[in-house]
Amino acid sequence: MTQPAQVARLERVSHRYGKAAALREVTLALPAGRMVGLIGPDGVGKSTLMGLIAGAKRLQQGRVLTLDGDMADVRHRAAIGGRIAYMPQGLGRNLYHDLSLRENLEFFGKLFGLGRTERAARIDRLTRATGLYPFLDRLAGKLSGGMKQKLGLCSALIHDPDFLLLDEPTTGVDPLSRRQFWDLIDAIRADRPGMSVLVSTAYMEEAARFDHLVAMNAGRVLAEADPQALMSQTGTGSVGEAYVALLQSGPSRADSITQRTPDATEPVASGEPAIRARALTRRFGDFTAVDSVSFDIARGEIFGFLGSNGCGKTTTMKMLTGLLPASKGEAWIFGQPVDAQDLETRRRVGFMSQSFSLYGELSVRENLLLHARLFHLGRALTDERMADLVPRFGLESYLDQRAEALPLGLRQRLSLAVAVIHAPDILILDEPTSGVDPQARDDFWRLLLDLSRKEGVTIFISTHFMDEALRCDRMSLMHAGRVLVTDTPSAIIRSRDAATLEDAFVDYISAEIPPEPSADAGLAIAPDDTISNCSSARDGSGFSLRRLLAFTAREAMQVRRDPVRLAFAFLGSALLLLIMSFGISQEVRNIPFAVLDQDRSPESRAYLSTFEDSAWFRGHAPLLDVDELKGRLASGELALALQIPPRFGADLRRGAGAEVAATIDGADTGRAGTIESYVSGAHAHVLAGPAGAAPALDVLSQPAAAAPVVLEPRFRYNPAMASLPAIGPSIPPLLLLLFPAILMAVSVAREKEIGTITNFYVTPTGRAEFLIGKQLVYIGITLLNFAILTALVVLVLGVPLHGDPLVLALAALVYAVAATGFGLLVSMLTATQVTAVFASTILSVMPTLQFSGMMEPVSSLDGPARVMGTFWPTTWYMAISVGTFTKGLGLTDLSGALIRLTAFGPVFTALAILALRKQER
Amino acid sequence: MQRLSNVFWLFGKELKSVLGDPVMVILILWSFVVAVMLEASGAGDTVRNAAIAIVDEDQSSLSRQISSALAPPWFQTPVAMNPDQAGAAMDTGRIMFVLSFPPNFAADVIAGKAPAAQLQVDATAVSQAQLGTDYISNIVQSETRAFLSGNPNALDPPLTLELRRAFNPNSNPVWFKAVSSLLNQLSLLTIALTGAAMLREREHGTIEHLMVMPLTPVEVALAKVLATMAVVLTAFTGSLLFVVQGALQVPMAGSVPLLVGGAAVYLWAAAAIGMFLGTMARSMAQFALLVIMVIIPVIMLSGGMGAVESQPDIVQRLTLALPSRHFLAFAKAVAFRGAGIESVWVELVLMAGLGGAFFVASLALFRRSMSLSS
Repeated sequence: MTQPAQVARLERVSHRYGKAAALREVTLALPAGRMVGLIGPDGVGKSTLMGLIAGAKRLQQGRVLTLDGDMADVRHRAAIGGRIAYMPQGLGRNLYHDLSLRENLEFFGKLFGLGRTERAARIDRLTRATGLYPFLDRLAGKLSGGMKQKLGLCSALIHDPDFLLLDEPTTGVDPLSRRQFWDLIDAIRADRPGMSVLVSTAYMEEAARFDHLVAMNAGRVLAEADPQALMSQTGTGSVGEAYVALLQSGPSRADSITQRTPDATEPVASGEPAIRARALTRRFGDFTAVDSVSFDIARGEIFGFLGSNGCGKTTTMKMLTGLLPASKGEAWIFGQPVDAQDLETRRRVGFMSQSFSLYGELSVRENLLLHARLFHLGRALTDERMADLVPRFGLESYLDQRAEALPLGLRQRLSLAVAVIHAPDILILDEPTSGVDPQARDDFWRLLLDLSRKEGVTIFISTHFMDEALRCDRMSLMHAGRVLVTDTPSAIIRSRDAATLEDAFVDYISAEIPPEPSADAGLAIAPDDTISNCSSARDGSGFSLRRLLAFTAREAMQVRRDPVRLAFAFLGSALLLLIMSFGISQEVRNIPFAVLDQDRSPESRAYLSTFEDSAWFRGHAPLLDVDELKGRLASGELALALQIPPRFGADLRRGAGAEVAATIDGADTGRAGTIESYVSGAHAHVLAGPAGAAPALDVLSQPAAAAPVVLEPRFRYNPAMASLPAIGPSIPPLLLLLFPAILMAVSVAREKEIGTITNFYVTPTGRAEFLIGKQLVYIGITLLNFAILTALVVLVLGVPLHGDPLVLALAALVYAVAATGFGLLVSMLTATQVTAVFASTILSVMPTLQFSGMMEPVSSLDGPARVMGTFWPTTWYMAISVGTFTKGLGLTDLSGALIRLTAFGPVFTALAILALRKQER
Repeated sequence: MQRLSNVFWLFGKELKSVLGDPVMVILILWSFVVAVMLEASGAGDTVRNAAIAIVDEDQSSLSRQISSALAPPWFQTPVAMNPDQAGAAMDTGRIMFVLSFPPNFAADVIAGKAPAAQLQVDATAVSQAQLGTDYISNIVQSETRAFLSGNPNALDPPLTLELRRAFNPNSNPVWFKAVSSLLNQLSLLTIALTGAAMLREREHGTIEHLMVMPLTPVEVALAKVLATMAVVLTAFTGSLLFVVQGALQVPMAGSVPLLVGGAAVYLWAAAAIGMFLGTMARSMAQFALLVIMVIIPVIMLSGGMGAVESQPDIVQRLTLALPSRHFLAFAKAVAFRGAGIESVWVELVLMAGLGGAFFVASLALFRRSMSLSS
């Protein structure tokens, strides 16, 4: 294949998110076969640019040519999908944390159409080269940050891409892992010199490694050159300085972060320590996250916490704030033992957690005010603090913006402002500058130094940046839950005879890690004889069953990893079936009634005894007058009041005819109707009753009263008129819709929220492959649930299945497609899991419970409700379920309902596929 | 005082969160306007538009007279069929009743032989079958009497029954359906909103942020419960005034303020259940399943879809723990029977108590859920 001279070219590309412009008329050409670095602060459009080049984001304006084709063209995107590898920002964001390393890689391999043996060979090779081989069966979520990035790289390289895009691959990764990562990239490039690489990074010292640099700011390209040229252009000695110089349009600012050393002013370390930890230990199950950690932090000191990802820094900090109880050991803050219940200590502590944890939906001002109020600063003090902090943190012009709309660096400033609003004595900051560009980090540290030196605030901070660690008064190195060393940064450097703190760090950690046997296994990643050229498989266009099934297999694995969810789905629906079947009864029994007998004759007593002796009615204390009748009906005590008029017996004996009045509580119309029919029935029973039953009413048994016609009702399908055979088969249709629809909707929304949907954006996966692949799993779950519920109806409820079980199973299959299809459709309308749950529940519960013919036939409904009932799959499945169970119907009788039911699934699914975007906005 | 002000400020934050999400607002409006209208206006009588077929082997004026008396709104216009067609139509669910007149039916009636007319009933829907049979039986007998005498009241039996409906004299089914539908929307929204607010806070890590401030779990939980209550109660009141009383023209026998007050008490209980589920679930998917498992019994066993006293005793005892059952009893009493506080205070106390129990239980889970989320 001939290499293009340019791997990508952008012409006047602009991109906006709402009102905010991310890119402004960018024109840029990226040379092929080289490693190009994209540098610049957060929010300048680096990620947007990469997303556009990779085809993951939808182009709004301008032209993007990648690998010699227009990225606005669907066919070109599909054709080159297999030649591009894109690793999005965020630690392991596109990885499946509940799958093992091997399963992750298998999945990516299948997406790019690699066969079984080829996959195995490549996985073996890549993991040996990256040192991940021993951990193949570990869950991706349990990997350290550095390992996650290596796994991300393996996933990206699995199909031998021509163009590799890495978006901030080393952000939040410790120095040792970072170093290993870049060595790996160098080795891979040495093996595949033709491969083009585009990397963005916030670490300026890394930028020096790249062949070519593109410096960006505010959506524009500032400069484009190789690192040496960039430095000489600006007359600076490092890329970081060069960048700052470019940003300021002149090399005026001398105090760039890399030049600064710890401040000369020493903290006033006297008295008891601000924070003291002794043998602090935390276990999660049999995993020890923090192992017997001890340290003292003096008042006013800036204390740094360094260590690889997952080494226990965050856990330690959480224990100090009382968020997590310690398994063993103790900690004191200002001499007070840390106590989760102690609100007073909390007033003296400010905490900033690793992830942005303010309320994105509130504005900057609202966030600040909320915290001021929760700390009860009072109006005057709040105003004073706001007046002080807002300019100091440079937030003036953002006060009314929603916090979620701010770029990362600004958000971190806001987080810090919030953490100090109550003027705490201690600040605990968990990686506050992760992902923040050098300029913003420098500003941030200026604020910290200010707080420490001027206001005597004790600062406990964790970081991955060596230049930040150098600014701490003292620091601890942590690894695998243990503190390796605690001292001043310079003493730590001296203790290892290292040139820099980073070297000392790497030295300390390397001593802890047993040498990996695979480390020297070589980096022979280049395809050799055992690995066939997969260029044909990499052609991403067209539908691929293999990719579809890859999604199915992956989803099935993930579902199996969450047994609680499965148990909820199966046990929950079984339990509901039993409760509802026994609980819902359409019979009305024990109707509470009372009588107002104004006659008290043998005739009236005989008449009333029919009601009193019946199981349908339950007599309450008799009524004395009409007012009481009204009152007791109103109170809800009675559902029925019978009133016998005075002279009832006498009138009957005279043959004058008499009238009994029955007043029924009509609040619940359905129930009132049933009661009415029972009362009429009992009344008819008296009229037709044999003379012997009520001798006092003999007078009624005259031929004149007899009915002229005998109506012979035959109750078909359910001769005993029992509730269970009627209700039992109509409950599964409800459960088999609601559960699958919601599970399906949440499953897709989760991918959107967590970010794994990126794998769909950047691989040659088709829309149908992605959605139907996932859907198959939930169809399977629904069918399994169907089997369980059917067995319960037959065996536990004792409702025999008279009809053809195969027809019922067939209907369940197409019903499952409809239910999951509805879930897919809902998930297309929602961006988060919360709204997916909310929308799918609210939209499906009503038509399913009310309009599907469960309680009343759809034919009894009116207006829009009837339309909704007709256009809802449950209605038709309900007809088939009831039809097969109680009516014993077969395929010929049910074909009409079955055909209608079959239509729903494909329509829902097709709509969802049409609504799904192949690119991010 | 400080605690109250904490709750107040957190409450304000929660309100902004809910109302700041347009999807949520649309779904709330959908529930309280569209869904209530749909459900209530769609309600028919138990027997309404019932499909009926006539197998008329008599073809007399009596059989035709009876057929024409089977009329809307209870019955669809009867369809004439032969016996085979009728059997098939019933099997496929197109027809619910088949009334058959034998040959010489009218002649036998006139001769006083009391001939038999057969009525086949699809008994898979029990209450429709029962009621429909009663209606048809009444119509057949009274039409026959009228046929015999030429006057429908001529041969009245000596003892008659006068049926009256209290509180809804015209037995308009929309009234009850509107109120029970409002209850369903209340339950669904409140439980889902409160629980989701809890889970969202945990998934976004903001709950940790709250827990390092001088706030107690009670304050955080209370603010969420109160915010949901405020949003849903406003929607409920609006829906009651403008949809139920306005568009659907349901008269309120009792005091609207009392009804709204009772709804507030119910919301407290429902929100506490939502909070309980929110602290119990570890992921959104689990929460969704829990909501479904709870919402189906809450809606179906409250008495809105089948009377409570017809439930088996054991289920009746279980449903005592459902606040929705007490709220429906309360709402029926106030809205239709015009009951005052003196006759519904028991329900209010029960709902408040159940809410308290769920709230305390969710606080106990609160700390536990904190350590699970990390």
